[in-house]
Amino acid sequence: MSTTALETKVALDQALDLNTAPRKQSSVEVTDYDNRQTVGKITVDHPKMVCRGVNVYYGEKHAIKNVGLDIGANEVIAFIGPSGCGKSTFLRCLNRMNDTISICRITGQIKLDEDDIYDKSVDVVQLRARVGMVFQKPNPFPKSIYENVAYGPRIHGMVNTKAELDDLVRDSLERAGLIKEVEKRMNEPGTSLSGGQQQRLCIARAIAVNPEVILMDEPCSALDPIATAKIEELIDELRENYTIIIVTHSMQQAARVSQRTAYFHLGDLIEVGETDQIFTNPKHKLTEDYITGRFG
Amino acid sequence: MAISQDAHTVKQFDIQLANLRNLVLEMGGLAEDQIKRAIAALDEEDMAAAREVIARDRLINGMQLKADEDCVSLIALRQPVGGDLRMIMSLANTVTDLERIGDGAKKIARMAIQIYDGVSSPPSAKLLRDVTPMAELAAGMLHDSLDALARLDVEKALTIIHSDDELDQEFQSALRRLITYMMEDSRTIGHAINVVFIVKALERIGDHCKNIAEHIVYLVEGKNIQRRRNIDMDTNTSGSARAASEE
Repeated sequence: MSTTALETKVALDQALDLNTAPRKQSSVEVTDYDNRQTVGKITVDHPKMVCRGVNVYYGEKHAIKNVGLDIGANEVIAFIGPSGCGKSTFLRCLNRMNDTISICRITGQIKLDEDDIYDKSVDVVQLRARVGMVFQKPNPFPKSIYENVAYGPRIHGMVNTKAELDDLVRDSLERAGLIKEVEKRMNEPGTSLSGGQQQRLCIARAIAVNPEVILMDEPCSALDPIATAKIEELIDELRENYTIIIVTHSMQQAARVSQRTAYFHLGDLIEVGETDQIFTNPKHKLTEDYITGRFG
Repeated sequence: MAISQDAHTVKQFDIQLANLRNLVLEMGGLAEDQIKRAIAALDEEDMAAAREVIARDRLINGMQLKADEDCVSLIALRQPVGGDLRMIMSLANTVTDLERIGDGAKKIARMAIQIYDGVSSPPSAKLLRDVTPMAELAAGMLHDSLDALARLDVEKALTIIHSDDELDQEFQSALRRLITYMMEDSRTIGHAINVVFIVKALERIGDHCKNIAEHIVYLVEGKNIQRRRNIDMDTNTSGSARAASEE
């Protein structure tokens, strides 16, 4: 399955109660993470997600190596690192998107609140409603703006009446900072919007099903600086109600939006710390070399 | 972590950073030379040399402007982070201290002109006897701090911070002596006050060297030791004692 098709499918999973995702169960085993080389404190006081000893293999390739990390409630944490460092792979472990890749094998433990998300009893579709995702390229469904947002809540049975649904759609669009731009064109196709508006529509769609965590994989890389600034402002507002994990190639963006930053390198979590500390005084040479542009 | 010595992927960034650092070191060399010339002018009663010191202060001010502009443009165009950001911030702060050091040298030259104005009789040698050792100490501190900046040498920077205590003590004893002379013979007051200004200028030069040393520690280790010491002072000394020790 191509990446785009996969992304669309998972976006559908999030919105629809149609369990079409292959239910491959990954073996879960807790590995010793005490020997990890990560610099900085991986734990937080109020974790929303707790990852311990996470390993990811694509066939023979060891893509994520014994990563342990807490994601704090209501924080924005940024994953940075050069291409192929495993940041997106790790992000995709957090709502089991890697399940759909047949050669992918995951070990370790990832908990959302107290629930092991790789437990046999977990319904992946429900999980993806709790852990929503926004992708690099805006991918609205080929439907109206209204329907894009209304789909998930309607199918998940979150509303009983049309009026309730209208309210929820409006509220989601408002929280995504899009309502003023679309309130008079709710029935126009989602694809008629500009790139930045489409991305905010995708965020509205993700928050319509009331997720607890939102994963963002390069959400602004296809957008111009103004649209990017709007998304960044939105991320800051959303932090009040959600936990946000953002993968970005733009270090300035990581610095602007996140409270903590994690630096990945060749599958290792090298360093994690307060964003301010990472960008002014990183402790690991690899982090320093990457953020200052000394990567050979 | 210590500052990375590896080259940036963007070579132009390395060149701009190196140019900025060289400009600051050059400015420091000029400031050091200004102190020496001002003291020599005083020693040799050479008023032409003193006037030249005053005129040359403009060169330092010009270099400060250039360095400030370079810092701003590096921040705007390169968005430095980590060790690069600390380098630029430390250099920008160092430039401010160097400019003040230059002002100190200019002040000493002004005082020299005032002391040997050709109207009043020249001061006795005993009034000026603290000036030369203090000037040597201050110029040595500046030399060492520039050396520590060039080599990013934290050990040396910490030594400079301790040297400043020595200079402060020299200043206090010089002040006591000058007060004694003034009490003994009120005719010395006019010259003595000018000498007080000179030793005060040297004491301030020492403070600026200490600041530069602190910028070097921040640059290399990312630790703001100045802030920590100020906090310690706030908690350990009463407000009036602190005010007295500052001025």
